[in-house]
Amino acid sequence: MTFDLASIRADFPILHQEIYGKPLVYLDNAATTQKPQIVIDTLRHYYEKDNANIHRGVHTLSERATKDYEATRDTIRSFFHAASTKVVIFARGTTDSINLVASAWGSANVQAGDEILISHMEHHSNIVPWQMLCERSGATLKVIPMNEAGELDLETYANLLSERTKLVGIVHMSNALGTINPIATMIAQAHAVGAKVLIDGAQAAAHVPVDMQALDIDFYVTSAHKMYGPTGVGVLIAKQAILEAMPPYQGGGDMILMVTFEKTQYNDLPHKFEAGTPNIAGVIGFGAAIKYIQSIGFEAIEKREKELLAYATKLAQAFTGLRQIGTAKDKACVLSFVLDGVHPHDLGTILDREGVAIRAGHHCAMPVMQFYKVPATARASFSIYNTEAEVDALFAALTKARDMFA
Amino acid sequence: MFSLGDLYQQVIIDHTKSPRNFGKLDPCNHDAEGYNPLCGDQLHIYLQINADNIIEAIKFEGQGCSISTASASLMTEALKGKPVAEFERLFAAFHHMATADMEEAPDEDALGKLAVLSGVKEFPSRIKCATLCWHTLKAAIEDKAEPVRTE
Repeated sequence: MTFDLASIRADFPILHQEIYGKPLVYLDNAATTQKPQIVIDTLRHYYEKDNANIHRGVHTLSERATKDYEATRDTIRSFFHAASTKVVIFARGTTDSINLVASAWGSANVQAGDEILISHMEHHSNIVPWQMLCERSGATLKVIPMNEAGELDLETYANLLSERTKLVGIVHMSNALGTINPIATMIAQAHAVGAKVLIDGAQAAAHVPVDMQALDIDFYVTSAHKMYGPTGVGVLIAKQAILEAMPPYQGGGDMILMVTFEKTQYNDLPHKFEAGTPNIAGVIGFGAAIKYIQSIGFEAIEKREKELLAYATKLAQAFTGLRQIGTAKDKACVLSFVLDGVHPHDLGTILDREGVAIRAGHHCAMPVMQFYKVPATARASFSIYNTEAEVDALFAALTKARDMFA
Repeated sequence: MFSLGDLYQQVIIDHTKSPRNFGKLDPCNHDAEGYNPLCGDQLHIYLQINADNIIEAIKFEGQGCSISTASASLMTEALKGKPVAEFERLFAAFHHMATADMEEAPDEDALGKLAVLSGVKEFPSRIKCATLCWHTLKAAIEDKAEPVRTE
């Protein structure tokens, strides 16, 4: 499929506006992506025509809402090559999904003396739930180190793995650095010692294809809003046998078959892990977002995003005083950097007045900042709708910032 | 509309590049730390207050964005040799300036050089950068053991 940048940009209404009299240049896609018209229309259609609670209504609206909600489960199964719709669990997002696993799976499978292994480049959402689990259970949290380029040290990883390792939690693509981790080999190594693996796909899922079965992934988690979908919805995809053996996470409606005051019989998968009325509109919008990604195709997406990152990286290397944070061989979409003499937060403010939206801060990855001994970085992150002209606008604004503090 | 030049006035750039009263004060009889987790700003303020309640010496160290560095630098300059009561008056005036309505001009008589920071009110995400040092100084004067956090 050919990549038609103009028509993709036309799909995103928000891009066509001015900020302080300058065209909006949205380069904060790692924080959240913008939404195509089809996702906005799907949400609107749902609330205008189909809004009802799902699974138990016998009226037409409920049947329509249920059908579209469950159809998204199948869209996601197919997108991630999951074994069945039973293993596709809707949640509030990546953070919620990781907490589900750390709480429900962790409480049943992790004890004092066990080890949880995560990497130095994890987002706080893939650190803190495991720290909390370790505190509750007496297990130990261990960290896979990384090198200056922002690549995981796989030799040390191999040495850290042992029969004590119960779970390995790895970010598929780092939000702070852009690094794409070699999850296929890491999963195989973890399985060799009997550990389960959770892959945090919040950053990756809109940029690289994922095959749950080929990669033999135990848990994959991601968020709709970083994949052109709505906020407040995400997904946990896991292996059926693991999910069946897990106790429920939250109790409530929808996750039960029979409730008496003496005993409750839990519902089957996937409903066992979906207590309460879910974000029905969000899930249906998520489905539209995934179909949008499928309509472009990962081959075209990856090719285009590599091209744009290469263009931005070239300009970054030539920019006096700029130090890139994260130069892994395998990376995508993220240009994280510090500029001599200009604090990232000042950069954020100055660039905003030029219409350029970037993120400045620790990117919810404080250990990454500690590793590079910087308090914060400026981060430009790219998506399918960004252009070379927008990258030029970024560097023109950076020049202005540098001159202000010269 | 405020322009960038209203926020990043030359005085602020100057204090960012060469902050006044920067470093550790030893000895000191009051000190406190402040953090702004949003920006990663870290600040340590040291004070020597004498028996007559005069701020004899004041210094700060740490790292931060230009607004937080310049604000701390200007604050120490304004308060060195002044009574603690002057801190209370200036803090109230500064806080009012940073959070006042857009239309309200800063009270230059009350604030002196500190009025150059009035541009922050146009940049809501940056107000806490400018006020961090003041909250930290308050904690130092009151001998608060817990570090100050802006969020």
